Amino acid sequence: MTYFPEEVVEHIFDFLATHRDRNTVSTVCKTWYRVERLSRRSVFVGNCYAVHPERVVARFPGLRSLTVKGKPHFADFNLIPHDWGGFSLPWIETAARGCPGLEELRLKRMVVSDESLELLARSFPNFKVLVLISCEGFSTDGLAAIATYCRVLRELDLQENEVEDRGPQWLSCFPDSCTSLVSLNFACLKGEVNAGSLERLVARCPNLRTLRLSRAVSIDTLSKILARAPHLVDLGTGSFTIDHRAEAYHKVMNNFIKCKSLRSLSGFWDAAPRCLPAVYPICGNLTGLNLSYAPAIQCADLIKLIHRCSKLQRLWILDCIGDKGLAVVANTCKELQELRVFPSDFYGGGIAAVTEEGLVAVSSGCPKLSSLLYFCNQMTNAALITVAKNCPHFTRFRLCILDPKKPDPVTNQPLDEGFGAIVQSCKDLRRLSLSGLLTDRVFLYIGMYAERLEMLSIAFAGDSDKGMVYVLNGCKNLRKLEIRDSPFGDAALLEDVGKYETMRSLWMSSCDVTLGGCKTLAAKMPGLNVEVINERDESDEMEESPSDLGRVEKMYVYRTVAGPRNDAPDFVWTL
Amino acid sequence: MEGGATYVSDLGNLKATELRLGLPGTDAPEKPTPENPRGSKRALLEANEEFRGKSKSPEADPNGQEAAPMAKAQVVGWPPIRSYRKNSFQARKAEAEGAGLLVKVSMDGAPYLRKIDLKVYKGYKELGEALENLFKCFSLGELSGMEGCNGSEYAITYEDKDGDWMLVGDVPWEMFISSCKRLRIMTGSEARGMRSSP
Repeated sequence: MTYFPEEVVEHIFDFLATHRDRNTVSTVCKTWYRVERLSRRSVFVGNCYAVHPERVVARFPGLRSLTVKGKPHFADFNLIPHDWGGFSLPWIETAARGCPGLEELRLKRMVVSDESLELLARSFPNFKVLVLISCEGFSTDGLAAIATYCRVLRELDLQENEVEDRGPQWLSCFPDSCTSLVSLNFACLKGEVNAGSLERLVARCPNLRTLRLSRAVSIDTLSKILARAPHLVDLGTGSFTIDHRAEAYHKVMNNFIKCKSLRSLSGFWDAAPRCLPAVYPICGNLTGLNLSYAPAIQCADLIKLIHRCSKLQRLWILDCIGDKGLAVVANTCKELQELRVFPSDFYGGGIAAVTEEGLVAVSSGCPKLSSLLYFCNQMTNAALITVAKNCPHFTRFRLCILDPKKPDPVTNQPLDEGFGAIVQSCKDLRRLSLSGLLTDRVFLYIGMYAERLEMLSIAFAGDSDKGMVYVLNGCKNLRKLEIRDSPFGDAALLEDVGKYETMRSLWMSSCDVTLGGCKTLAAKMPGLNVEVINERDESDEMEESPSDLGRVEKMYVYRTVAGPRNDAPDFVWTL
Repeated sequence: MEGGATYVSDLGNLKATELRLGLPGTDAPEKPTPENPRGSKRALLEANEEFRGKSKSPEADPNGQEAAPMAKAQVVGWPPIRSYRKNSFQARKAEAEGAGLLVKVSMDGAPYLRKIDLKVYKGYKELGEALENLFKCFSLGELSGMEGCNGSEYAITYEDKDGDWMLVGDVPWEMFISSCKRLRIMTGSEARGMRSSP
């Protein structure tokens, strides 16, 4: 390779698809490092505090696509205080200075202000793709700036963000000259929508393939949009409540029939059962269906719909489908790869919506199942063992038994054997979330068998430090470990401090780790940021300097080359 | 901090009303009290764990299931569902409830929750009286009124649309019932803390 001209080396690098491979070749020699960094078009930053934005931009001046993630995963469940951090502005400012050719920005769990959106919109003349997932801090004014100034915008994808509503004008800010949209997802917006603007926008964007509407969009508007855009592939239906005129219903159904390319449906925010038959004509083509925001649709109607979806690969549904409904899924959806069953009643009245039976049925009928998120009231070891046998191809397995620490209801045993079977059988398992009653034994199994495991979520599990140590010692590919309410303490934390430099991050909350333990870790490993998050009560005021023996409520450890961060709020101590 | 993180309760108070698995007269193994209880922030969760821990014993109480709602309702960030999804449902539930505005009421130390219809009351005073009636069977003393009743150990709080826990009585009644998702009667030191703020 030494004698190849650099252009050839660069061309060869083009064939490297993953970030990891490109990162690896850049470490081979100085020449390769240089060739790689100058030709790199896409960078993924898994933790915004692991590296300074300046360093990224300086190293990759040809950057076209940037992905940055902010808060740790448990932020989704209110475990991280509101103003912990994860600000996008420094990234956007730095990119504006150093990579004016930026075309794509994807942010997850970050704080995005209107100011940063405006800066983004004005700084990159070639900007094409903006994806914001689980972000907060911006309003529809920020979206207006994007619409106004991004002349060649192709994709605006807002997934599950908290967006302040400042009126419907933003949609009207897309100039008449904007015809480039391919994907528009504003399903998470709560405010009013200007139907006329929306219809005109859709009409002038012939390449539009993904359109996910918010709840404020009526079925009338949807009907008109379908008529204008029969080439849609992915549709979020908006409110989908029918009014009492039968005419509107038939219009919508007729327009659906014309959408031969439609492969994915979501939305149905207010859908009543009687509206569903409107989509029957295209069910046979669907590969993706998300009904998880439609609590008004009960089991019987769900079954009627799913009966027609024989090509389904991805299904997100509420647990009102019941075990019976899951049996129908098992019989109908032979191509199913991803299943998510969400709870419709979070605090659980004990009404058994889905149990282990539904999961066993699906595993038996859908051998291609590889990704699972399943909220249920109970699970048995026997069921998990059967599932493991039926579906050895799981890459993501997340089970949430709603009652913390609930044992196998039949045998009253912990679920160690069941999860053990899963990790032993599913050799490609990359992500695992545990629940139910679990002892250290399950961690022994995970350490032994889960060789490819990259992300592990633990809650209310284990008996002693040994559990955590099994995992740290065994899982060679572990990148993210998040633990809450489990009896792991300093001994486990400090067992192998070098391990954390091979991982992206470790989160521990309501465990037995003490301030002293955290300090020791920080002292031994300068390449890690050890953050202790201390929300103070009024009653804590007397404790001016907390003792090293005191347990820390929340600890977040991550490897970084950026040193301690300079934007940490008062209640975050970087040790 | 977001609602839910402030579930402080003195472990001692809970013991009196703590549900126990296993036959009466048997003592469950106690967890050693930590040297530094961290302001008892985790006390409630520890109580839950103790309660859960008993389910490991072979003669698990069949009543375990009924007690679940109490423990479940008070665990922060559980079940692990994105706030976006939770908020989306809560909003819908409130709307769907239509004429009535049913909210759950929990009281620290009580083994089960109650549900009340906020639309039925004309103001805070009536609400206070109703709550007192609901929970007086637990003989936990007089509830604090929102009109400045002193001397008692309780504060009535509610979870608003944003998921934050607020003291009842600060905002106009109409605003309160439109944003109240659930109520919680707090006890002990946390209640004192809440009530002593101006």
